[in-house]
Amino acid sequence: MKTSGSPVISLAGLPRRLMHSPLNSERRKGEGRIDIMRVLVIEDDKETALFLQKSLKENGHTADLAHDGEAGLALATDGAYDVLIVDRMLPRLDGLSLIKSLRVEGNRTPVLILSALGEVDDRVKGLRAGGDDYLTKPYAYSELLARVEALGRRTAPEEQQTRYTVGDLVLDRLSHRVTRGGEHILLQPREYRLLEYLMQHAGQVVTRTMLLEHVWDYHFDPQTNVIDVHVSRLRAKIDKNFDRQLLHTVRGAGYTIRDGPA
Amino acid sequence: MTALLDRVAKAASTTTFGLSALAVAFFLFTAAVVVGVLFWQTNNLLTDQVLTTLNAEARILSSEMKVGGQGKLTETVTALSRPQGIGLYYLADANGRKIAGNLNRIPPEVEAEGHGAVFTYQQPAGGEDQTHLAVAIPVDVGGGLHLIIGRDVEDQRAFADQVRLTFLLGFGVLSIVGLLGGLAVSRLIVNRMDEITATSRQIMAGDLSRRIPTSGRGGELDSLATNLNEMLERIESLMSGLREVSDNIAHDLKTPLNRLRNSAEAALRDPRGGEAYREGLERTIEKADELIKTFNALLLIARLEAGPLEESTETFDLGRFAADVSELYAPAAEEAGFALAIETEQGVFVSGNRQLIGQAIANLIDNAIKYSRGGEPGSAITVRAGLIDGRPAISVGDHGPGIDAADREKVLKRFVRLEASRTKPGTGLGLSLVAAVARLHHGEVRLEDNQPGLRVVLLLSEKCLIAAPQQQGDTEPGLAAQ
Repeated sequence: MKTSGSPVISLAGLPRRLMHSPLNSERRKGEGRIDIMRVLVIEDDKETALFLQKSLKENGHTADLAHDGEAGLALATDGAYDVLIVDRMLPRLDGLSLIKSLRVEGNRTPVLILSALGEVDDRVKGLRAGGDDYLTKPYAYSELLARVEALGRRTAPEEQQTRYTVGDLVLDRLSHRVTRGGEHILLQPREYRLLEYLMQHAGQVVTRTMLLEHVWDYHFDPQTNVIDVHVSRLRAKIDKNFDRQLLHTVRGAGYTIRDGPA
Repeated sequence: MTALLDRVAKAASTTTFGLSALAVAFFLFTAAVVVGVLFWQTNNLLTDQVLTTLNAEARILSSEMKVGGQGKLTETVTALSRPQGIGLYYLADANGRKIAGNLNRIPPEVEAEGHGAVFTYQQPAGGEDQTHLAVAIPVDVGGGLHLIIGRDVEDQRAFADQVRLTFLLGFGVLSIVGLLGGLAVSRLIVNRMDEITATSRQIMAGDLSRRIPTSGRGGELDSLATNLNEMLERIESLMSGLREVSDNIAHDLKTPLNRLRNSAEAALRDPRGGEAYREGLERTIEKADELIKTFNALLLIARLEAGPLEESTETFDLGRFAADVSELYAPAAEEAGFALAIETEQGVFVSGNRQLIGQAIANLIDNAIKYSRGGEPGSAITVRAGLIDGRPAISVGDHGPGIDAADREKVLKRFVRLEASRTKPGTGLGLSLVAAVARLHHGEVRLEDNQPGLRVVLLLSEKCLIAAPQQQGDTEPGLAAQ
């Protein structure tokens, strides 16, 4: 139901990021799949900025802070960051102009826009200005973390794979075949897209909103947890008859697919 | 007196007066040109006539001279010269001695010019002489005689004077009446404007119930007043809506805020410590999320009511999209014990806000699941999309308790939750958001009896309908698989 010619809302399908920080190759101890990222937080509210810096550090990332648009732009231009978190309303230079300037300079660092502005036209404007993802305040930190990690991962070349493998679960993107332990699993089209997105972000937490946005291309509040039912149906197909669980629920955040403990 | 002068001065300074003065000036100018030309032509015509007559007479007198000589001419001239007639004659011999005629001398103008001329002469009338205007030409009758014949044109002059006077008077009266009329009209308009100004002052002072008086004659001022009154009506209803909303916000946002505060307090007081704190914080976050939801819905409705959203308008197949959104809900509906039937017409392309229409469909399906009982025979929810009377429409029907006809209008309003549903979770904004989405697409929401149950119809404007698909909408994520 994506209409071509309309603004790109889906993140999948955006050009691959070329920037690659050396820090990206380091892996977080014990988890293996999540990269350590250098994040620049450009946010004028100091309390929010410090909270984000502290929380990101707790999750193993490093974060620099800028409290106005001009300082943010200077830092973003000089430093090699994996992800920028940009507040829309900033003193001296507003968030959207900052992103536009960066893009004009050829800087393709993924940007997550934070905004108190509503979701309708503002999201479209934000993405048109060159943002990669848009999160409306107030947000849950788990949502922000999941999105930042998903954005940071897009600098890595793994996405171009034609085959995703998690444990003995294999998804072949060319033949659209899904097998587990060599056994063919028949999935509905939507279940296939759901699994594809989860496996593309294997090892990362994927939130319900991210699933709604990327698998369904919906940017509205579904009122109830409709996604959960879809995920549990998918789980019944890929995990039910096997000893090792691959699709895990992350409490208070979303889902993750990984070979190993949640 | 000064008050009257003030009002006149005010009327005179208005646009209306300026316009009527200008109109009077234009009219006077045109009339003066027309009258001037008419006058000039009439005068010429009359003068020509006099000259023609004089020339004819000159020919006759010349032939008299030829036929009967000086004697005959003298006889004729004497016969023609009546003391107070309009024909004027003067016949003199070669020595300049007057032989006959009723003029005393050759008018100096005629003598000087040597041909026809206009002159004045004294005509005896009663005891006094009167100065009369006359036209005369010299006639060459031969024999050394001097003959002057003329016509008294005093009547013509008097007529011309009369005409001139009449027109001057007329112009005077016209200008005065025209300007006074302009003043009167301006006064009328100034009075109406004063009423409007006074009313708007009162409204600005806070009395929103005031309306501009109309004369009932249906002129353009009345239609302006009617329009302004309609605008005031809308403003008043918006204002009262706002007041209602702030009352509702006070209730529906403060209550959950209070609950949030309570749960935090309760956790803090809990003697069990650590684990209780964790649970309490989790409950607090849950409650905060609910609040955020309500807040977002409120802001979204407010944004939708503020005007169109052009940036995010898309063209899409309404039937396919409705089926797609329904599919998202199908597993959840099934788990709640409903059969979700999707009956959509494909190929109805609309131009609109896809995400918002999706939100509206989601709200309707969510309501249907929430407010009707699942798991019973016949608990079906039907989603339809297609054309109703040529307008794109989506309907969601359930077989739940339905809504009484009397309450239907009410539930579209913000925060209205019927008593029966107060205990169910939700913001109370679902249907008002659907109504706001409908209004954004120049449509409306209809609540119908689904016999039994409720059917909500979201009607978009026919203007949203796109005749031909602008692109192949074949890139739906997920359908490419298998």
